[in-house]
Amino acid sequence: MSITEKDVLHVAELARLELTAREKEIYTVQLKRILGYVEKLSELGTDGVRPTTHTVPPRTAYREDRVLPSLPSEEALSNAPSSDRGCFKVPKIIE
Amino acid sequence: MDITSLDISALSGKLVKKELSSAEATRAYLERIGRVEERVSAFVTVTPEEALKAASEADSRIARGEDVTPLTGVPIAVKDIFSTRGVRTTCSSRILENFVPPYDATVIRKLKEAGAVILGKNNMDEFAMGSSTENSAFKKTLNPWALDRVPGGSSGGSAAAVAASECAASVGTDTGGSIRQPASCCGVVGLKPTYGRVSRFGMIAFASSLDQAGPLTRSVADASLMLNAIAGHDQLDSTSIDAPVPDYTAGLGSGIKGLRVGIPKEYFIEGMDPEVESSVRKALETIKSLGAELVEISLPHTEYAVAVYYLVATAEASSNLARYDGVKYGLRVDETGSLLDMYKRTRDEGFGPEVKRRIMLGTYSLSAGYYDAYYKKASQVRTLVKEDFEKAFSACDVIATPTAPTPAFRIGEKLEDPLTMYLSDIFTISCNLAGIPGISLPCGFTKEGLPVGLQILGRYLDEETVLRTAWSYEDATEWHKRRPNL
Repeated sequence: MSITEKDVLHVAELARLELTAREKEIYTVQLKRILGYVEKLSELGTDGVRPTTHTVPPRTAYREDRVLPSLPSEEALSNAPSSDRGCFKVPKIIE
Repeated sequence: MDITSLDISALSGKLVKKELSSAEATRAYLERIGRVEERVSAFVTVTPEEALKAASEADSRIARGEDVTPLTGVPIAVKDIFSTRGVRTTCSSRILENFVPPYDATVIRKLKEAGAVILGKNNMDEFAMGSSTENSAFKKTLNPWALDRVPGGSSGGSAAAVAASECAASVGTDTGGSIRQPASCCGVVGLKPTYGRVSRFGMIAFASSLDQAGPLTRSVADASLMLNAIAGHDQLDSTSIDAPVPDYTAGLGSGIKGLRVGIPKEYFIEGMDPEVESSVRKALETIKSLGAELVEISLPHTEYAVAVYYLVATAEASSNLARYDGVKYGLRVDETGSLLDMYKRTRDEGFGPEVKRRIMLGTYSLSAGYYDAYYKKASQVRTLVKEDFEKAFSACDVIATPTAPTPAFRIGEKLEDPLTMYLSDIFTISCNLAGIPGISLPCGFTKEGLPVGLQILGRYLDEETVLRTAWSYEDATEWHKRRPNL
């Protein structure tokens, strides 16, 4: 599997990155090389091997259902680039 | 007496006996930072006011004799990845340049409760992605042993600050070696605990199944004291382990007679720096002379670990970093276009090249049609890497290896070649994939005077044996006592 500039554009779109022309070029070359390297995993047979996504024993972490203080909304909004009447403000999404 | 040359135990002893106040110790460290920081650049933010206030609180705690811990009044630093209430937390990224968290990470809360004085926030590779700290958006940290060399990374600011005596200790994070590799490059001790031993709450996420916080210190005893303070279950982190926290200092001096130390043949490879190899081999002889038994073992999937890591970690990162969208916090670029344009421009300007490269790689490997070949395959090989350790630990109690294949490299040397940079983590990555604890400690110097690190890995949740082995070796050697001339 070799990555093309078209793949890079598609992935950039999925990742919400607006790449410059130069970045597209560089990432195509670099990702090709990195993916070439990770290709070595295909040397290994892994049929039937259970994937490990986490090293802690899988279990549901329970805790007592207690009411604890929430972050006050002014503090939650204190880092917002733009806010209005207790809400995060974003560019208009409906014309 | 040079206050900044004392380790935590010695400093704490003087504070408790009131031979010295925390305010004096804090001022001594702030002066030291003032003298050397221009050359080392280990901090993104120094917080003298907050530190002096915490010092005076520690002094009254000591005066009252209440709740005095070995960290009370001790000036330390933390990597700028830990959220600190009211103090800017950047992760060395433009996208968080002005982020002031409204809460403390659990690690910070615990350090404050123990009475530690936080001097400031250490520089790092942006979002902990890197092995040289050159990926910081703000500054390059230099290696205190050789100012033309990198300090390692991603916790390079923490390691350099400890080596340069700008703080008594620091706390970093380790996703693929980011505590141990810089510790090795800077000649300090760096401990990555078992995954889940220390809470990740409030620690800015890179790869959630691998990230773990741990101390960087001047001695193994100091690392144990720091781990005592930060370890433990946390209801705010569902992956934190609900197991009792022992006193990690208790068994340090009980020796390693009869301990089986595994030497994996896959960790002594061609291309390894000969001076690193000879220092590590000598260290193994020292460990043997202390009564331990050296056992040859095999970790056959070692050569696949870097490939597994760069698929798993980037996949997790691409998901974790989706939150930086210019809405709730951080940078926002372009108010005039559509919402989608705003996301894209914000992210393109806010993230540096390595972060974008990893987001791209992670997004690609998770995308339709590639998931099975990349992410799933990597997760399966991760199982094989983990099983290698489980098998090995039936024949040995700890595993000893070099921490990194080379000493600290030159600034700029690997910056244009991401893959070569990734390979500098070749000996540290497997430990994160398996979730086990590991430490790096000084075991020699090259002819040029660059530190070399010895890595000791242990069984799941067996930090005590790792620390005891490291302590025994340190006690028999003098490497950790050397300090760079700055």
